[in-house]
Amino acid sequence: MIDARGIVVERMGRPIVSDVNFRAAAGGITAILGANGAGKSTLLRVLCGDCRPDRGSVRYFGRPLADWRPVELARRRAVVPQSSALNFPFTVAEVVLQGRAPHLERGAPGVDESAAAAALDAVDLARAASRDYTTLSGGERQRVHLARALAQVGLDGGGRCLLLDEPTSSLDLRHQHDVLRVLRRFADSGGCAVVVLHDLNLCMRYADKVVLMHYGRVLGSGDANAILTPDWLGIAYGLRVRRIEAGRDVLFSAG
Amino acid sequence: MALAAIAAPPAGPPDLRVQLRRARVRRRWQFAGLVALLAGAGLAAMMIGPMRIPPRDLGAWAMGRLGFPAEPIGAAERLVIERIRLPRVVLAACIGAALATAGAAFQGLFRNPLADPGLIGVSAAGALGAVGIIVLGHRLTPALPGWAAPFLLPVAAFAGSLAAVLAIYRVSLHEGRPVMATMLLAGVAINALASAATGFLTFLATDQQVRDLTFWLLGSLGAASWPKVALVAPGVLLGLALLPFAARALNALLLGEEEAGHLGFDVWRTKWIVMALAAVMVGLSVAFAGVIGFVGLIVPHAIRLAAGPDHRFLLPASALLGAALLVAADLFARCIVAPAELPIGILTALLGAPFFLWLLLRVKVAWQP
Repeated sequence: MIDARGIVVERMGRPIVSDVNFRAAAGGITAILGANGAGKSTLLRVLCGDCRPDRGSVRYFGRPLADWRPVELARRRAVVPQSSALNFPFTVAEVVLQGRAPHLERGAPGVDESAAAAALDAVDLARAASRDYTTLSGGERQRVHLARALAQVGLDGGGRCLLLDEPTSSLDLRHQHDVLRVLRRFADSGGCAVVVLHDLNLCMRYADKVVLMHYGRVLGSGDANAILTPDWLGIAYGLRVRRIEAGRDVLFSAG
Repeated sequence: MALAAIAAPPAGPPDLRVQLRRARVRRRWQFAGLVALLAGAGLAAMMIGPMRIPPRDLGAWAMGRLGFPAEPIGAAERLVIERIRLPRVVLAACIGAALATAGAAFQGLFRNPLADPGLIGVSAAGALGAVGIIVLGHRLTPALPGWAAPFLLPVAAFAGSLAAVLAIYRVSLHEGRPVMATMLLAGVAINALASAATGFLTFLATDQQVRDLTFWLLGSLGAASWPKVALVAPGVLLGLALLPFAARALNALLLGEEEAGHLGFDVWRTKWIVMALAAVMVGLSVAFAGVIGFVGLIVPHAIRLAAGPDHRFLLPASALLGAALLVAADLFARCIVAPAELPIGILTALLGAPFFLWLLLRVKVAWQP
């Protein structure tokens, strides 16, 4: 679904991302992990097309990013930023309905509203539809933007991609799991979800594939169980990490 | 039991579809209200003045003009209506609509509710273009074909405005995002630069030219006439008709440029179209009425307070309210010190500057990057 090869990004002569190959398959959640400054967000920005790599190429569904018309791509791929600069008093419903923009000329009447309502419901904001976005808390804003992306590509992801940059960074425990369950459903129905995550426990529980980054390179990638080991994590974070197996759950503790 | 009572969420709001339908109905009424407001302001401006024109005469004139049988009205009344008041009302409406819509467009483009064409130097740069033609234009005209001469002034004003928009946009970008404080400071610099250049031109000007110039610098609708309306109206109507096509893209731009791109909008094209159309509208306004500040600030803000920032409503609603506001302000400006006239730019600044300060107090929080 998403295939990036030989990605190199340099800033002021210093490599931020070097020689990264990245694949995210349909029907799975691919998590990008790593310490601060390891190049996770830059890699995601390259995958989105916001950052043009100095070398390398990105393909969606086998087609180079540059060959997609913006609106065509927008119908099949949504991006959730870590935070948004929006400071105008839209209502929550208005922000979420913006996700329908690439579909507008094609939709039957009521389709946009239904998609927006379903998306708001999925992130537990159905009650907040008429609230002023600028009065929401950071976590609520994050969920609004996720809902906007879900309104854009649908809750069931067949043939579509969803890219998210730390979607759980301001969320409470319950909503963290809500968001990852939404991603799980998206992936299980054939979608391709790529998510930058910090939380090892969430990653262990929900990700199908983990890409562990370290100083702009991919330290290891593969099955979560194989990558999230004390050895790998110790290198990636420069910290002793213990892995605690508790019945079916695996938990991580640092220090 | 107490825990269950707390855990049960309060009754929710109605279904999203119902909410959206209600919002649409409310906007339709608000739009109708604005149309009525503009009509009211226009009628008042037609009737009130040194010569009072009663509604009956106005009605008879309109009926006669439309080809219905009506009792004739006096020649003097007819002259006042057709030659003096109507062109002035139409010009005021055009310019009010242009300034307010351009203000709303700039605010969307810069993602900043403080972007007013007067404040960020777009009007001053347009005025510089106009003043340049007044003072130096006679050296250019012999080289041009005769039909081009009347267009020289508006084209120069447009060029000045567009140059200012481009400069401010370029300067205020930081890592691809416009920064609020930088934008206003760039506006201060461009205002200063344009004023200095205008001052220099004034220094070169003859006495007659200096009198023409003061008109530009204060803003006035006193010289309204049908030929001027004919030059202003097409450009303004073009902007009013085309800008709404960019409304969805402007909504998406408020989320951020990258976000707008992810929603499938061609961000570069949108920015260019919006900048060019807004510069045309400001340039034309400045060319024919001088610098009238703060209309582009007050009007979109009032609409946003009442109906939210959705550009699909904001742009046309700002046009109506801006037109109504400027028609009313012009009426006030020519009545308050009658038989003299207060330059309308002074009036809008007297109203607008305190409003701007109040707005600064409110949005101060958002200044932190």
